[in-house]
Amino acid sequence: MKVFRDLLRDYRFFWGFWILAMMLVFAGLSLFSPYDPTLWGEVPRDMRPSPQYWLGTDSNGQDIFWMATFAVRNSLTIALIAGLVSRVIAVTVGMVAGYLGGKSDRVLMFVSDSLLVIPLFLMIVLLAMLIRGSMNVVSLGLLLAIFGWAWDARLIRSQILSLRERDFTKTAVLSGAGTVRLVMNEYMPYATPLIFSTLINNMAWAIGLEITLAILGLLDLSIPTLGTMLYWAISYQAVLLGRWWWVLTPITLSILLFIALYWLSVSISEYLDPRRRVQRVGAA
Amino acid sequence: MDNTILRTEALHAYYVLDVYGKQKILKAVNEVDLAIQEDEIYGIAGESGCGKTTLLKALAAAVEPPLRVMSGRVTYRIAGEDVDVATLTPEEKRKLRLEYIAYVPQGSMSVLNPVARIRDTYRDFIESHIGAHQKAEAYELAKEHLSELGLPLKILDAYPHQLSGGMRQRVTIALATLLKPRIIIGDEPTTALDVVVQRGVVQLLKDVQRKLQNTIILVTHDMGVHANIADRIGIMYAGKIVEEAPTEKIFGAPAHPYTQYLINSLPKFGDKTQRESVPGSPPSLANLPSGCPFHPRCPHAKDICKQEMPGFTQVEPKHRVACWLVGEGEHGKAA
Amino acid sequence: MEKLLEVENLTKTFTLGSVLSRVKITAVDNISFYIKPAEIFALAGESGCGKTTTARIIMGFEHATSGVIIHGGKKEAKNEKVWFTEGIQAIFQDPFGTFNPLRQVERYFFETIENYKLAKSKQEAIDRIDAKLRLVGLSHEDLAGKYPSEFSGGQLQRISIARALLTDPQLIIADEPVSMVDASLRMSIVNLFKKLRDELGVSVLYITHDLATAYYVCDRIAIMFRGKIAEMGTVEQVLMAPKHPYTQLLRASIPEADTAHRWQGEIKLTDTEEEEYLRQGCRFAGRCSHVMSICRTTPPPDFEVEGAQVACHLYAEQHID
Repeated sequence: MKVFRDLLRDYRFFWGFWILAMMLVFAGLSLFSPYDPTLWGEVPRDMRPSPQYWLGTDSNGQDIFWMATFAVRNSLTIALIAGLVSRVIAVTVGMVAGYLGGKSDRVLMFVSDSLLVIPLFLMIVLLAMLIRGSMNVVSLGLLLAIFGWAWDARLIRSQILSLRERDFTKTAVLSGAGTVRLVMNEYMPYATPLIFSTLINNMAWAIGLEITLAILGLLDLSIPTLGTMLYWAISYQAVLLGRWWWVLTPITLSILLFIALYWLSVSISEYLDPRRRVQRVGAA
Repeated sequence: MDNTILRTEALHAYYVLDVYGKQKILKAVNEVDLAIQEDEIYGIAGESGCGKTTLLKALAAAVEPPLRVMSGRVTYRIAGEDVDVATLTPEEKRKLRLEYIAYVPQGSMSVLNPVARIRDTYRDFIESHIGAHQKAEAYELAKEHLSELGLPLKILDAYPHQLSGGMRQRVTIALATLLKPRIIIGDEPTTALDVVVQRGVVQLLKDVQRKLQNTIILVTHDMGVHANIADRIGIMYAGKIVEEAPTEKIFGAPAHPYTQYLINSLPKFGDKTQRESVPGSPPSLANLPSGCPFHPRCPHAKDICKQEMPGFTQVEPKHRVACWLVGEGEHGKAA
Repeated sequence: MEKLLEVENLTKTFTLGSVLSRVKITAVDNISFYIKPAEIFALAGESGCGKTTTARIIMGFEHATSGVIIHGGKKEAKNEKVWFTEGIQAIFQDPFGTFNPLRQVERYFFETIENYKLAKSKQEAIDRIDAKLRLVGLSHEDLAGKYPSEFSGGQLQRISIARALLTDPQLIIADEPVSMVDASLRMSIVNLFKKLRDELGVSVLYITHDLATAYYVCDRIAIMFRGKIAEMGTVEQVLMAPKHPYTQLLRASIPEADTAHRWQGEIKLTDTEEEEYLRQGCRFAGRCSHVMSICRTTPPPDFEVEGAQVACHLYAEQHID
């Protein structure tokens, strides 16, 4: 709890945290939605925001407020799946490559380097087109996860490489610690901030990519996400026709999400920075 | 005649840090009075964290936040006039640091540009400090200077990483002395070096001093180096100078219990008798004990030691000690 | 004579540079020595002489290019955990780097006990830890719940020794154990080694560049120079009457804390270290004041001079006699 209070003193964490919390509540509201998000024509089309339809309605005849709750929920779910799964891959690959070195290092780094040099976006677009039929929230999350770990695995590997040369590694070995124990006990505390901040960055990246893919029409457009909302708004010329509420809602929500994630990532990684932690441990 | 070239009066220099909203003060230099003479090698000895590096920063007019001079003065004698460092503008300080005071750090790699030949480092240095020169002229000047100091000329064509650690350190000293500064400040200049190389570096420092007849202030924790080079030594403990005397006196007749421990704990060849460390651990500068800062570790501590910091007692003309055990009754603030 | 640890013809080469300009550096060149039970043996020399590499190979953190290490009468494959449990522990140069700054120090103690199954209950473990800490003048209470940054360098080094003692080792490898400890506290660490030897019968391989401390605490010493042992014998033989010109130079270069013995004369230094490693013949030939033509072509074998082992051609005739 002390950690949390310390963090809340940082304005970036404070705002990031509360914006994200509001987003989660907002996404949670989708459970109480009076409308089915997959159905069209539930409400009158193209209504301005009013006490009845808080954020207006769109040209498909859907209530934008309730659609947005589904959109935020789905976008966050995709981001979370992509972020968590790619973290598991990145941490495993980075730690194994960094600690074992030698042949396993070369093989793993070859794979991750290959992922880094191929034009990622093109690959994702191609794959998305291939599996478009079975594209849902989970499969999109996994697809993004497969492409989102390579760089972070490298970061973790290089950190482990430098930690491996520190004397406390030898102390741990002389204390009889095996490889798994050594990595979990000695290196994890150092890798945690990296994992945290890259998780949040990765989530932001996944949300961005989801929006891009949706605008290109590569997702199942009946699933409401921030991206598909924008897709429909754009394809119905909402900007030209002056239906600002339709365009502005997904844009504002995405911007808020990005800012919240960015601030959280910066302040958490600053707080968890080993050097500052050592200072804090000393000051306590 | 007063030959004092550098003087500090009741100098207090503290680090003021902000640690998560709490102010933390490190009393790194605490009431230090020094009068360093022309043409002498003055050694400052003390263990890590005693404030000796901070004192050097204050002496070299290189005080930057979070370090602050809280009170007291540092004065230089420049061309017969006393100059208070605090009155100088940053530009004047910069000039002073290059031409009047030279600084030799512990690691030479930070001074030498790793991707430039020594020759180019010399040229840059000469151009920026003496003024624009012809390339050939600068090269000649560098060659002349190196051969004066007895260093091989072929090093001018080498990159820093090609030189051994000792040679790099000597090149750094050579650079620092190019402008013939009146004061050379060395912060552990030989600490990372092997003994044979260390001897070479100390030799060079001594040669330079003999040639320029200037002042060297040498900080090191290695008492052996002090014994070999210093004329006078100040023993520093917890931000204060606790004893000051000519080198022979410090090693032959130390008066402060801390100095006695320090000298007696040094192993000597041909003597295997049991040696003892100072008991306890050095205090933290953030949380100094009351009275004499050494009293928690001192086997002779009396009640007064816990309450009041002793002033200096003049044991002999050039030998002063800040200890309640020495010369009781004649204590006063140091002059 | 009983030997606790024997090193035979140990060699370690490193390859430097790129594919096009490969340079082979022999960091440890065919060295042999042994350590007796309850003995402090110093491996001394300047940086880059190969002493730390030798220690790393004995500890199993590095593979030897060739040569064997015999411990307890058995040749051991290195890098096996058995190797350590057999009774070799180590302490390191930087007391602040020995323990992970983000972990409590006592965790290492409990882990050692757990990993080597040294205690059956928590209380037994604490008793054992406390007993070892008392040997170095601390107690378990001093340690409980604290992080490395809460101790001074001297304390950490003593804690490090206590941790090494947990497994009741026969040999402790100490790599420059006092060079980063405050001058006023050094002797408390060094005296501990004497105590371990005299009271517990533990041997110490003391790796150092500080010959004065080595003289004070060690029984025998080997002086290494550029990967080879230049001179080996008791500290009295080697340090009080050095025979190898390098040992003589080294001995004369130590700044003694005695104003009566200030350095006299000039000395010669090398410009780069690489040239000495690559030298044919004796590697000290470039700086030696007694250099002969044979020194430049043939590496000197070991000669026995007044009980000490000296690798120098100067003593060739005595050997023939």
